[in-house]
Amino acid sequence: MGINEALGEYSDLFMLLAALTYLVAFLGFAWDMASSSKTLKAIDQRAAAQRAAAGSGDATAAGNAQEGTTAKVPAMAAGSGDSEPRYEGLTGPADRLARIGSGRGAGVTDTVAGDSMEYTKERRIGARIGVAVTILAFVVHLAAVLSRGIAAGRVPWGNMYEFCTTGALVVAGIFLLTLTRRDLRFLGTFVLGLVLIMLCAATIGFPTPVGNLVPALQSYWLIIHVSVAVTASALFTLTFSMSVLQLMQARREAALAAGETPGMDFMRRVPASLSLENLAYRINAVAFVLWTFTLMAGAIWAEEAWGRYWGWDTKEVWTFVIWVVFAGYLHARATRGWTGTRAAWLCIVGYLCIIFNFAIVNVFFSGLHSYSGI
Amino acid sequence: MSKSVQDEEMKSGAHAAGAEGAGSNGGGGSAGGGKGRGNGGGKGGNNDVVLPALGFFGTIRFVWRQLTSMRTALFLLLLLAVAAVPGSLFPQRPANPSVVTQYIEDNPVSGPWLDRFQLFDVYSSVWFSAIYLLLFISLIGCVIPRTAQHAKAMRSQPPRTPRRLSRLPHYGALAIPADAGVTASSAVQDAAAILKKRGYRVDTRDLGGGRPSVGAERGFMKEVGNLLFHTALIGVLLSVAIGGLFGYSGQKIIVEGETFVNTLVGYDSFEPGANFDKGQLDPYSLRLDDFNVEFERQSEANYGQPLSFTAKMTTTPAPGAEPEKQVLKVNEPLTVGGTSVYLVGNGYAPVVTVRGGNGNIAYQGPVVSVPSDGAYTSSIVIKAPDAKPSQLGFVGLFLPTAVVGEDGRTIASDPDPLNPQLLLDSYYGDLGLDGGDPKNVYALDVSELNQLNGRQLDSGGIVLRANETYELPEGKGSISFDGLKRYVALDIHHDPAKLAALITSSLALLGLIMSLFIGRRRAWVRAGTHEDGRTMVEYGLLARGEDYRLEGEQKTLRSQFDKKWLAQTIPESTGEPAGNVGRQHDVREEK
Ligand code: HEM
Repeated sequence: MGINEALGEYSDLFMLLAALTYLVAFLGFAWDMASSSKTLKAIDQRAAAQRAAAGSGDATAAGNAQEGTTAKVPAMAAGSGDSEPRYEGLTGPADRLARIGSGRGAGVTDTVAGDSMEYTKERRIGARIGVAVTILAFVVHLAAVLSRGIAAGRVPWGNMYEFCTTGALVVAGIFLLTLTRRDLRFLGTFVLGLVLIMLCAATIGFPTPVGNLVPALQSYWLIIHVSVAVTASALFTLTFSMSVLQLMQARREAALAAGETPGMDFMRRVPASLSLENLAYRINAVAFVLWTFTLMAGAIWAEEAWGRYWGWDTKEVWTFVIWVVFAGYLHARATRGWTGTRAAWLCIVGYLCIIFNFAIVNVFFSGLHSYSGI
Repeated sequence: MSKSVQDEEMKSGAHAAGAEGAGSNGGGGSAGGGKGRGNGGGKGGNNDVVLPALGFFGTIRFVWRQLTSMRTALFLLLLLAVAAVPGSLFPQRPANPSVVTQYIEDNPVSGPWLDRFQLFDVYSSVWFSAIYLLLFISLIGCVIPRTAQHAKAMRSQPPRTPRRLSRLPHYGALAIPADAGVTASSAVQDAAAILKKRGYRVDTRDLGGGRPSVGAERGFMKEVGNLLFHTALIGVLLSVAIGGLFGYSGQKIIVEGETFVNTLVGYDSFEPGANFDKGQLDPYSLRLDDFNVEFERQSEANYGQPLSFTAKMTTTPAPGAEPEKQVLKVNEPLTVGGTSVYLVGNGYAPVVTVRGGNGNIAYQGPVVSVPSDGAYTSSIVIKAPDAKPSQLGFVGLFLPTAVVGEDGRTIASDPDPLNPQLLLDSYYGDLGLDGGDPKNVYALDVSELNQLNGRQLDSGGIVLRANETYELPEGKGSISFDGLKRYVALDIHHDPAKLAALITSSLALLGLIMSLFIGRRRAWVRAGTHEDGRTMVEYGLLARGEDYRLEGEQKTLRSQFDKKWLAQTIPESTGEPAGNVGRQHDVREEK
């Protein structure tokens, strides 16, 4: 069980470098947000010009990369449409749109981000720099985490420092991964901000030299249980950011609907609150399954290590609380009057519980899980 | 069936009925999921609770409806989350009875009040139990009607084709050239085949007529998964309850060379389940032959951190049976006689000899010390009630590697026994053991005793190195430190429902995945012949529940239709919602 301490020191160095690089990327994204009001104005003007040219009053096409013709398909349905019943009970996306009760003024938006969060043709230099530098930072970060694992001769998640650094890596990785499919660059400042906080917490709050695992952690369940927990937490980090933005956006939409001019122009980069809610739901569904698995794997491991699968240890209590909060979130999404803003709050509360479970419980509570390494 | 779910279901049921039967007397209940319209169809969409004059059964029914409503379930879930929290803030009796006692002693005012509200027994408290029992009653009240309803839905045909497919959230149309040889009926049959291949249940209608169509539905396993998930949760709860009733657990400390026999008297402490019977105990025996520990010696930074604990045991499954050598480690329990044996702690047991003032041996053997840190600074209590003329007691520390710090105090610096020392205060008097009440062996109440010497006193306490003997003052006797053994702390558990808990929770996970990731959707395709001879096909899709892959499905269907008929395609309609922004406008206009 040799420990390569020299490599461990390189790992620390890489970690520091990664943090600095993330900082640059963070600034890139922040610049993108800050500069948006100028570009947005240009987009508005262009759209207005187009509208004037087309002579149509359809303002919603602005910034929306919808293409296509308006050829009408010959109507084949029998009878006249007027007596047609409306599809009010649709539970598909259209229904989600129609649920006004959930967010004041839902449906009114000045956002330029497409609902599907596809990339548009618009050039956003700040955001591009942000993404490019994030990739660089991720590579350095990956090197740091890998070298730590190699230095210790085991998976790099055996204490708080390692949970934090590996967790941050997964957050950044998942963010980059989703970026290949959706334009979530508006989340850049948020996600990288959280990554930076995690790296700072690790290096300043819980610095731990490379070491072997204490016997309690020498189990393959460490690999399974913790890796899934970290992945789930990373996904919850994304949905937390989205839910916060959703609340801000919903407030702006309410102001718009009331005919006021909302502030925070940079929020026009962010999709409509409803799109945020829907995407957050999809990610939360995956994360919830992973968290359920974390809970079960933890119980199986507890059974193996301590002789009982459930004992209401502090850590177990909080893992359970988080699980129940997110079960509540999923229920809320199916309960009238609880979608939208309230669901977003549940998602945020759930994430705060995760932070609490990780930071406060590991540090200040004594329990069987006291292996934080500090 | 929950009220709001019912509403949603009824709404979708109602829309389907409306769609299929505008003009045909409201249509039948064939639309899958259109349950409950008998008793509340008229209220569909009305979310307020109407308070009619209720009779006795009416009231019960009303309460039941409320209890099994989705809103109540959500409320109870959130309440459960909140109620679980205090258990992590206050010490809990099942885990730490002595800490609770101490807490109440330290907080004489708030302590008893907290106790009155069962805040030291949160997870068996009346209020916590009430919440989860209500939740599970609500769950049962939810699952049973839903199961019946879904069983019916699975047997019924896909709902009738709506008149206006273009009103569906996903809609498309295409035209097949007249010379392609595809008639309206054959197009519908082709479409049915394609849908069937994609896992839809299909039903063709009006094949010979002018507007043949096919109705299709898939994803019944989504609801099956949901029901499986919720039912399995009940199974998990039952497994936990059965384990608690019929299981037992106990603790035992074994010093190297000693043997434990699985009988009630053999345990240091024992917690039986409510339905435990003494006859359940299998009288197997365990001997600790040797206990190996290994500490980090290479890495400077983590020097002295434990690397492995290995207990070599001899187990005898039944009296007279063949003994067997087995290895017990952390994370690697032993199974013997229906129980699992876990290594949960270890420490040192210095071997001491205590002589009384008359020179006779009053106590001889290993004494278990309780480690409190990584260097095994261990507290130790030695009681010698047999010492004559006065009983003797010792309280102090055991340090495996004692070093004198800069401030002159002796501290432990390493977990291995490199320089073992006992640092003790001694007392004489009545140890209070003769009354027969059980006493904590790890504590000595010195308030009634006379102190002979002590580390706090000017005269100093006892410092004993290996193989040394210390003569007590006033001729009260002596104590010698003769050797050192290690001990292991074992937890021994029997949980008959462990496997059931694993199976039910795995089923819950499976159900959850099915429920969240299977898309339940309906599709309809209708064909007709245009005046110019082309065969016109239109299709629409509708999701039931969350289904973000509906758009992808529509694209796939489209491309398969195109491939099948090599149709001259008409661009997808944008008069209908294609992107969300557009759709939002639609919605607003419709309001
Ligand atoms: C022990 C308490 C409960 C827990 C932990 C729980 C958990 C969950 C979870 C995680 C989901 C989302 C996954 C899925 O769709 O299967 C869900 C969905 C659902 N639950 Fe529960 N549930 C509980 C009790 C109840 C009760 C009492 C009801 C009835 C009122 C209920 C009705 C539903 C319904 C209708 C859905 C589907 C929602 C949808 O269509 O998205 N659940 N539940």
